[in-house]
Amino acid sequence: MATQAQSTFNTQLKKYYSFYTGGFILFLIALAILEWMGLPNRWIGYLFLFATIGLYAGIGIMSRTADVAEYYVAGRRVPAFFNGMATGADWMSAASFIGMAGTLYHTGYDGLAFIMGWTGGYCLVALFLAPYLRKFGQFTIPDFLGARYGGNIPRLIGVVAAIICSFTYVIAQIYGVGIITSRFTGLEFGIGVFVGLAGILVCSFLGGMRAVTWTQVAQYIILIIAYMIPPVWLAAKQTGVPVPQLVYGYQLQKVTQREKELDADPKEQEVRAIFKQKADAAVAALKNPDAAYAAGKAQAEKRVADLRAANAPADKLKAAEEDLATYKDENTAKAQWTKDKGLAARAGPNRPHAEMFPGKDEKARSTARNNFLALILCLMVGTAALPHILMRYYTTPSVKDARQSVFWSLFFIFLLYFTAPALAVLVKYEIYYNLVGISFDQLPNWVQAWRLVDPTLLSLTDINGDGLVQRAEILIGGDIVVLATPEIAGLPYVISGLVAAGGLAAALSTADGLLLTIANALSHDVYYKMIDPNAPTKRRLTIAKSLLLVVAVVAAYVTSLKPGDILFLVGAAFSIAASAFFPALVLGVFWKRANKAGAILGMLGGLGVCLYYMVTRYPFFGINMPLWYGITPISAGIFGIPAGFVGVIVGTLLTPAPSSAVQELVDHVRYPNLTGDIDTRAA
Amino acid sequence: MQLTERHQEYWRKNLRITAILLAIWFVVTFVIGWFARDLASITILGFPLPFYMGAQGSLIIYVLIIWYYAHYMNKLDEQYGVQEGEQQ
Repeated sequence: MATQAQSTFNTQLKKYYSFYTGGFILFLIALAILEWMGLPNRWIGYLFLFATIGLYAGIGIMSRTADVAEYYVAGRRVPAFFNGMATGADWMSAASFIGMAGTLYHTGYDGLAFIMGWTGGYCLVALFLAPYLRKFGQFTIPDFLGARYGGNIPRLIGVVAAIICSFTYVIAQIYGVGIITSRFTGLEFGIGVFVGLAGILVCSFLGGMRAVTWTQVAQYIILIIAYMIPPVWLAAKQTGVPVPQLVYGYQLQKVTQREKELDADPKEQEVRAIFKQKADAAVAALKNPDAAYAAGKAQAEKRVADLRAANAPADKLKAAEEDLATYKDENTAKAQWTKDKGLAARAGPNRPHAEMFPGKDEKARSTARNNFLALILCLMVGTAALPHILMRYYTTPSVKDARQSVFWSLFFIFLLYFTAPALAVLVKYEIYYNLVGISFDQLPNWVQAWRLVDPTLLSLTDINGDGLVQRAEILIGGDIVVLATPEIAGLPYVISGLVAAGGLAAALSTADGLLLTIANALSHDVYYKMIDPNAPTKRRLTIAKSLLLVVAVVAAYVTSLKPGDILFLVGAAFSIAASAFFPALVLGVFWKRANKAGAILGMLGGLGVCLYYMVTRYPFFGINMPLWYGITPISAGIFGIPAGFVGVIVGTLLTPAPSSAVQELVDHVRYPNLTGDIDTRAA
Repeated sequence: MQLTERHQEYWRKNLRITAILLAIWFVVTFVIGWFARDLASITILGFPLPFYMGAQGSLIIYVLIIWYYAHYMNKLDEQYGVQEGEQQ
């Protein structure tokens, strides 16, 4: 009976989402026709923003619920395939959608740590956690810790760790939402954040996990269509084969060859020498600022006076006047020197895209390799410990579906992740072959447009004054790789709007899942399980919804202060989750002997070591102690994870074995079905 | 509740397949990553081998690992009579 209802539900879902996808494509075609008839770009941006947010709101409102199991775990009837799509959207954030291809553009092979780390972690989810958590069948990750290790202390540590890592992560997402809304509609960043926030809340406020699940499926469809179209077009344009993943190896060879040509080009070397000279002068000036200020100011004043006297061309005079302006006072001059010092980075040769761990000597290369592997491990283990992802495997109808659902999750994530490195190489090819070497009067349209939009994304200056573009004269921001591809490929503006809508879908869907995790940890674990276990359903849900609102507003407020660097925030969330949760969760299933004292020691130890390393090493906090083995603080988990395992093992062995009831719970989660078994399913 | 010999065997088989798949995962990620510079001269589809693995090969293997585990365990459940019943 139940199986039959489930299969009808499944068929209906397939029908709805096929209609939805078809409708979305018609919407795109309609917009393309409108564009052709002369609809301004700004309107296309607005239409995308409001149509998609309105759509999510519609799904959110249709999925409103007053049932606890529906609110926390979508009624546990999400089929494996759809749970996979929802997990994909939950997983892929603004950082994946917009930032990753840019990171790969700049770092080449070494950036693949993100690609492998953010996919391979699902092997750990599948092998160590998803089926067992599904069998356990409650609502949150702290629920499992509470039941397995007994008492409120493991649960509370779980709640605190879940909030720390999810909050760090959600700030990065809301930041992404703010950037996208402000870029495509011209709203101010702060307002963009709150418009985005409204978009997040309409998805989750009324329907909790149920609404989030069904909007995430819709968001996945939009984001994957948006991500795929531009690279397919670009690959067809460059190579004639519309399968970027298959052909970019050959483009990579050409890029590598071009890197060598450019390194040997005298004009390139000339530009680099100018950067080096400026950087060296700045270093010297910073050593002796008073004298350098006086001398530099006098020189700049003289040059302006000379040029005026000689009636020099306007642009030369303007450059000299700008130079003089940096000597307004000593602090302005110092700021300029510090900036110039950074030019040293542009004075070096190209970073070879295909080379593994480039470095000046064997030691630098081996540190790069160690950091690469450490980052992969932290991202993978973090994947298998982030509560908002693990929570999704509570929503499938059975253990069998949970296992299959991890497969679908990774499959849908894989589609985007194996396209991103291709996109990075194709865009690099375009820049190296079709931009470098041409005259400044004949820049392609997309270059003209983007350097006006935002100089931090793309800036070109004719440093050596030869009128031609040199590689070293181009300064490129990572985000442009995804944002500008539609224009590079010569696609209409509709596709640019679609890419923005895709980025927005990625950021919104991840933010939804994270906010829900935080609010549920507070409402379910703290309020219901620890403060008032007798609370009636209605009050539980009212509290859950109010907390969601409070958390969302706090997160948006913190985001509007623009704290720290996005990539670091995201990386930090993974290391924290990996250190705090992974050892206690996995040993909880695979080691019957593991007990409460061990869990407490392991979770606090892992979290403590990880946070300690980050705070004392990450420049933002200003302590900057020397690194251990040269490992950067983003991979703090490499020390936190072993600390967590050691903590669980030592704490357990020093104290008595857990009760037979707990041992029975372990057997219960290990077998999908046991006769005469206990029942841990939550109502 | 006492576990039977068959239950123990089911769990041992689960541990075995988990260990095997984990070993594959480890090799394609960390062993290839560690020796990346030494493997760079091998070319596949125009890529140096470690680049190909990092960008596509390992990812495909991850997807297959998870697919195989789900397939194997769902079959093992039925073989050992621990599959879920109708009421779930």
